[in-house]
Amino acid sequence: MLTIETLQENGHDILFLKGEVDASNSVILDEAITKLVTAGSSSILVDGTGLEYISSAGLGVFMSYLEDFQEKEIDLKIYSLSDRVFEVFKILGLDQLMQIYPDKKTALLA
Amino acid sequence: MPEMKHQMRISCQTTALSELRVFLKKTLGELRISDIDQHQITLAVEEVCANLIIHSHNCNAQDYIELNVKQNPGKLIFEITDEGKAFNMLDYEVPDLNKVKGEKRKGGLGIILVKKIMDEIEFESSKGTNTCRLIKWFQS
Repeated sequence: MLTIETLQENGHDILFLKGEVDASNSVILDEAITKLVTAGSSSILVDGTGLEYISSAGLGVFMSYLEDFQEKEIDLKIYSLSDRVFEVFKILGLDQLMQIYPDKKTALLA
Repeated sequence: MPEMKHQMRISCQTTALSELRVFLKKTLGELRISDIDQHQITLAVEEVCANLIIHSHNCNAQDYIELNVKQNPGKLIFEITDEGKAFNMLDYEVPDLNKVKGEKRKGGLGIILVKKIMDEIEFESSKGTNTCRLIKWFQS
């Protein structure tokens, strides 16, 4: 089960991911990000507090936006991942490719 | 450690993946494995099953794959069998991460995860039945 809530706050769009992202539902994450891009967002924050699990299907969604976002100067930051979920990002080296922060405050200051 | 053997039949639809995780959580929960290892093993097994479901069986819910979990001294063995199009992960050249990013392709990451998480991977195909064996070593 995956639910995504969005919140606009001081010019940032925050996505709250809750549950598990796998091959059955990664399209929901993809659509949520596309929707923000289409609406002209320039700063997307992903709150991972409630993210219990993410498989390559979900990680691939983030990966697929990286180049586009660089070109369009859209900020994508992820914060508050649990240790075990962050480990998965690290196995793939995504911690080097993406902006990942321990908490919201650090993400906003970075 | 007591001998352990568990089995699950997985219908070839992506919604079955959450059932697979529930099964693995229960099965691995009986063992003395750290939370992080349990999580990663679950992920690796799911990645292989997801690949089979999507690419070898085109999400045909009438097809099934079978998972057997066995414990031998010092190792955990996950044996995944199916009768779909054979895919030998060992022949698959792992893409460079920057290439994955550049091509905006979403595939390939799962196989990198499996190869990094598991200690041994075996594949055999005989008379239409494919067997992929994922092995994780433990100190016993």
